[in-house]
Amino acid sequence: MKLELHKVKVSKLAWGDKTAVRDGVLFVNKEELVSMLSEDERLAKVDVELAMPGESVRILPVKDVIEPRCKIEGKGGIFPGMVSDVETVGEGKTLVLEGAAVVTTGKIVRFQEGIIDMSGPGADYCPYSQTNNVVLLLDPVVDLEKHDHEAACRLAGLKTAAYLAECCRDCEPDRVDVYETLSFRESMHAYPDLPKVAYLYMLQSQGLLHDTWVYGVDAKKSLPTLISPTEVMDGAIVSGNCVSACDKNNTYVHLNNPIINSMYEHHGKDFNFVGCIITNENVTLADKKRSSSYSIKLASMMGLDGLLISEEGFGNPDADLIMNCWKAERAGMKTTLLTDEYAGQDGASQSLADSCPEGDACVTAGNANEVITLPPMEKVLGYPDEANIIAGGWDGSLASDGTITVELQAIIGSTCELGFTKLGAYTI
Amino acid sequence: MSYRVVHYINQFFAGIGGEEKADHKPEIREGVVGPGMALNNALGDEAEIVATAICGDTYFATDIEKAAVEVLEMIRKYNPDAVVLGPAFNAGRYGSACGAMGDAIATELGIPVVSGMYPENPGVEMYRKSMYIIETPDSARGMGKAVPAMAKMLLKLLKGEKTGLPSEEGYIERGIRINKFYEKLAAERCVDMFVSKLKGEPFVTEYPMPVFDRVEPNLPVTDMKNATVAIVTSGGICPKGNPDHIEASSASKYGEYSIEGYDDLTSADHCTAHGGYDATYADDDPDRVLPVDVMREMEKEGVFKKLHNKFYTTVGNGTAVASAKKFGAAIADKLKADGVDAVILTST
Repeated sequence: MKLELHKVKVSKLAWGDKTAVRDGVLFVNKEELVSMLSEDERLAKVDVELAMPGESVRILPVKDVIEPRCKIEGKGGIFPGMVSDVETVGEGKTLVLEGAAVVTTGKIVRFQEGIIDMSGPGADYCPYSQTNNVVLLLDPVVDLEKHDHEAACRLAGLKTAAYLAECCRDCEPDRVDVYETLSFRESMHAYPDLPKVAYLYMLQSQGLLHDTWVYGVDAKKSLPTLISPTEVMDGAIVSGNCVSACDKNNTYVHLNNPIINSMYEHHGKDFNFVGCIITNENVTLADKKRSSSYSIKLASMMGLDGLLISEEGFGNPDADLIMNCWKAERAGMKTTLLTDEYAGQDGASQSLADSCPEGDACVTAGNANEVITLPPMEKVLGYPDEANIIAGGWDGSLASDGTITVELQAIIGSTCELGFTKLGAYTI
Repeated sequence: MSYRVVHYINQFFAGIGGEEKADHKPEIREGVVGPGMALNNALGDEAEIVATAICGDTYFATDIEKAAVEVLEMIRKYNPDAVVLGPAFNAGRYGSACGAMGDAIATELGIPVVSGMYPENPGVEMYRKSMYIIETPDSARGMGKAVPAMAKMLLKLLKGEKTGLPSEEGYIERGIRINKFYEKLAAERCVDMFVSKLKGEPFVTEYPMPVFDRVEPNLPVTDMKNATVAIVTSGGICPKGNPDHIEASSASKYGEYSIEGYDDLTSADHCTAHGGYDATYADDDPDRVLPVDVMREMEKEGVFKKLHNKFYTTVGNGTAVASAKKFGAAIADKLKADGVDAVILTST
């Protein structure tokens, strides 16, 4: 499978009569976009705002962030099973509006939503403070059931991301990145002197706002399976907004999975990267046992020497991470783990809810309980009062002058377990 | 102007006597006593020991809380900028006293404290999270090594300088996680570590796996028919509207609520505060997490004598183990005081 990512650089946003990119500026036809989104009868009110890096703007409660992409050549369409047909993706050419993002906000669905500050100290922790954000403010009709509310917001984000890119499909790319994975028949014989490795990609699947979708299938209802890294780049994996804001894997970071990118860089030099296994993080013990055993069985069938494992969320999924780790190690594979930590506001408690001696190689994306003060912003998109109830906030997080004091947990992507930030932690 | 330092030592190092004088009551003297001389020299011109607090090890160990308050009040009068404790080497009661004093001073006065101990001193395990404890040899023969390291650490803290890793500074690991921005993305660090592990090259994990407490289960209840049973949950069930504002994650408190008169919890009167699971079904019928309905039926059937009229609840989502321990102990005390014989704990 070979995929070319045609990257069109976006360094600024502006309103325009026609949605298009010119000289690094993404012009957005607001009326057209609002009208398209308003077709969803579950949404009572739709508005769109623009937020750019460095501005005194705060967005909350944020549900998801999505990068605008569309297929320009090859089978299938972007976000298959969600806004495109369920044809297999991952081959051909895909247009990417690099530097732009769609951010969904509006009335809160559940506690697991977060904050993006476009400037100030919070911006240092948030990957989406550096993107040019087309912000969707979505309010549901009265008494909309919560699962439907979440689905409406998710769909609005994906539709917008596809729409923006589609409008720019004829643009000349500023850069083309090429990714290729070989068939097993070829990859098993490639680089005979290098260890064969894969990436075990854990997807959050604990329920409302803890869901991930693969080709439109709810990950909790699927056994672990194989996926090509290039399928992921075409939106085969979509976030249904999951767990706390800091360590939910937003659709944006699935599309740009930095573990996959880094494994490609080492491919052919330090190891032979043969593919990805996706697995879920269901809540029952039977599911955890089944999924971890099945994942490691797939890894064994592939004859792997090593498995890099990333988690999504914390607490309950720590048990999945640890089962995956020791089962792989005991099956003869070397593992390295990527997680984050909940060590308490003082950093003095255990960081994980489960543990095994085999987990001797672990990278962390930081302690999500660390408290940060976010000074007031001139403009707030969304509902600032929700700072008092979102995960990582508490009654009184929002001060009368607009200052917000919260745990990093409340900042979108701050301790991303796909390793999308430079944050980490050490022990004193 | 140099920083004002108070030094705490035991009766032995103060030259008062050994075990026979271990009940020596707390006192404080102006200036240096015993090992304070070497410490004062190591501090140089930048800091000065203005007083030395002395207490017998047995006196301190007999009532740690009382002794800590007594010594703290003596120290407070000298208006210190920092306090040095020991070093206690491998002396257990002395180490525990230094630890308890360091904990009290850090909490009450909020000023830097430094101690020195042998890693196996019980004071280390009890108090290492509260302060920097410089690693020392097991006996006073190591005084020459311990004192300069303690002085160096103290001056760093007094001057607000950045402190390094345990291996760089010579202190015993405190077990506190500190965030920092690295040069590389976490993903790149992870793949780098993966490559090292695959190649059999040395690597340093960023988070050594934790070791957990194991709680021995109690013996079964022998007389269930006469037992009072309580229900306690970490699933966040609370009266509708979450009146005490228990946090959706990283809870700082637990709630205590009456279920007097309730045979069934409904969405009209209860909900969950929990932010870590799909709460739709718990909000729809809170009995799914806090089974008041079934417990009432069993109470009527006489399976047990009485359902306790209060329930306790918190949110076990991203909540620090230290907080959970604290809530658990406090709830257990209340349940015991109310004569509860058994507890059903529900999680989510």
